[in-house]
Amino acid sequence: MSNKDMPTRSGPPIVDRMREAPPSADRRQFLRSSIAVAGAAVATGASIGGANAQKLEIPPSNKEPGRILEPKVYGLPSKYEAHVKRNRTDVFVNRQNLSDWSMTPLQHQHGIITPNGLIFERHHAGIPDIDPAKHVVALHGMVKQPLKFTMDDLLRYPATSKFHFIECSGNGLTDWKKNASKTVQQTHGLLSCAQWTGVPASYLLEAAGVDVSKGKWVLCEGADGSAHARSIPIEKMMSEAMIVYAMNGEMLRPENGYPVRLFIPGWEGNVSIKWLRRMKVGDQPWHLRSETARYTDPMPNGKWRQFSFAMECKSVITRPSGGMKMQGKGHYEIEGFAWSGNGKITAVDITLDGGKTWREARLEDPILDKCLTRFRYSWDWDGGPAKIASRAVDSTGYVQPTVADIEKSRAIVGFVQHHNAIFPWSIEPDGEVKNAIA
Amino acid sequence: MRSRDLICGLAATMLFAAPAFAQVKPPKHYGSPIAEADVAALDIDIRGPDGKGLPPGQGTVAAGEKIFAEKCVACHGEKAKGGSQFGAMVGGIGSFTTNARVLTPGSMYPYSSILFDYTRRAMPMDSPQSLTNDEVYSLTAYIYHLNGLVPADGTLDAASLPKVAMPNKDGFIVDDRPDTKATRCMKDCPPINN
Repeated sequence: MSNKDMPTRSGPPIVDRMREAPPSADRRQFLRSSIAVAGAAVATGASIGGANAQKLEIPPSNKEPGRILEPKVYGLPSKYEAHVKRNRTDVFVNRQNLSDWSMTPLQHQHGIITPNGLIFERHHAGIPDIDPAKHVVALHGMVKQPLKFTMDDLLRYPATSKFHFIECSGNGLTDWKKNASKTVQQTHGLLSCAQWTGVPASYLLEAAGVDVSKGKWVLCEGADGSAHARSIPIEKMMSEAMIVYAMNGEMLRPENGYPVRLFIPGWEGNVSIKWLRRMKVGDQPWHLRSETARYTDPMPNGKWRQFSFAMECKSVITRPSGGMKMQGKGHYEIEGFAWSGNGKITAVDITLDGGKTWREARLEDPILDKCLTRFRYSWDWDGGPAKIASRAVDSTGYVQPTVADIEKSRAIVGFVQHHNAIFPWSIEPDGEVKNAIA
Repeated sequence: MRSRDLICGLAATMLFAAPAFAQVKPPKHYGSPIAEADVAALDIDIRGPDGKGLPPGQGTVAAGEKIFAEKCVACHGEKAKGGSQFGAMVGGIGSFTTNARVLTPGSMYPYSSILFDYTRRAMPMDSPQSLTNDEVYSLTAYIYHLNGLVPADGTLDAASLPKVAMPNKDGFIVDDRPDTKATRCMKDCPPINN
């Protein structure tokens, strides 16, 4: 961000050096050019920051009518916010375009809700185009009466709405032991938060007469080209799982599962099956590719941890964060997100000296179960080198670990999921903010 | 095997979540009754440990080699050694105790029928669910043959596929987290040193 985006902040601004990006350029070309453009952004920021005192003039917008209202329109962000975009993964680059992911610009998010156009994506075979009038969710297997539900059927049930984060188990996988990423969008952007609206999954399972003492697992499957599926324990299906058709007040976006998806609060995103077409109750898990060869965690002695569903307590500083530049010593507001798939956030601590000393940050309301929570900390930067990080605690008493803590019990080798470690940023003497995980 | 986990999960739900959907019960149920037979076309899942759901049909290594050359090689490469879009589907057995774990159907899948399930539901990527069951059995036989798990003259069907012995059958442990014991040190703490 440049100064003019932050009129209410006191003290020197933080310039986001990644601000300007050429529209829809080739991805690799974008990576190269963004560095050059970043220099221009800094220069602009510096000139604004150095403005002299002068009389304020009546702005042109006071002297002419604005644009007229269109009869019907879906509103879009200001053209001045065009830099705020979901980015396809560009640190780990996939060689094809269908099984891929894009990341949320957390450094630009205000409040705890991620706008629908910025919710991260993970697809296994692209984004299907599904007509809701033709879509049916089948529920069968170990139930008294197999059922099918149309979208009309689902929308007739009393709706429920919940605020929850969603995070991919692979969030952070490029940055366990090396500083591969530059920005928090790259390191943590497989994370979003929304208000999810739909029907408790228990309504449908009860309608079909499920016997939870016998039907212990439910296979949930998507209507996409990969027919992505997972086995979910019945307890979770009956307690917290939702059949979701809307988020943040509107029907799901195609890339987020339109017209209907499963949503499982607090668990790794891939179990919240998008484009839900089928649920089948069984007495044991299926052990699909998606829960054996994928979405499992390497462990010592060549082993793999399976069904590691919960996203454990985690936090990250989003401001200042990698790719930004501090504009001289003075007061800064440190802010970021904390969240836990196992409960509520009870505390967040901040270190400014690489972990030697910590002090408690302020938590901002609302503090909700399995939801992004904002923390803030006022900091007078003396202009010297610093290493800043956050550490979250959740309502189970769990304290966010370091990579070194995690490595005591797991093998950090290859494509490693469930990176919930403390994530430090270094502040260089020139104000550059850099990834300092390694 | 999941009970401890699930109990923890339930406890967490009860302690920290506002009772998820409290008291509210729907006044009426919607949805239409169907028969299992109505779901047959969608009912493609195969259960790993016993191969439940494997359909009639059969396939040979030789037939699989031909289908692979026609429909798979462009992305997966000659003899499934890795191609333009995806990495190797052969090798890796024994690599998990090294610092370069190579994940292939041969090295990773604990149950042999997983390859049938995944190929049938998701492959080929540009035309998923287009293969016949015989073609899927054949490709399964060919890929496992390349991994040294099925002989060159092998044939697979619903009875023989689940019997293919998989090297990583006992390679999995069920989630036992939390597995870290970080404390909330505030002063004179060891620095973050990854």
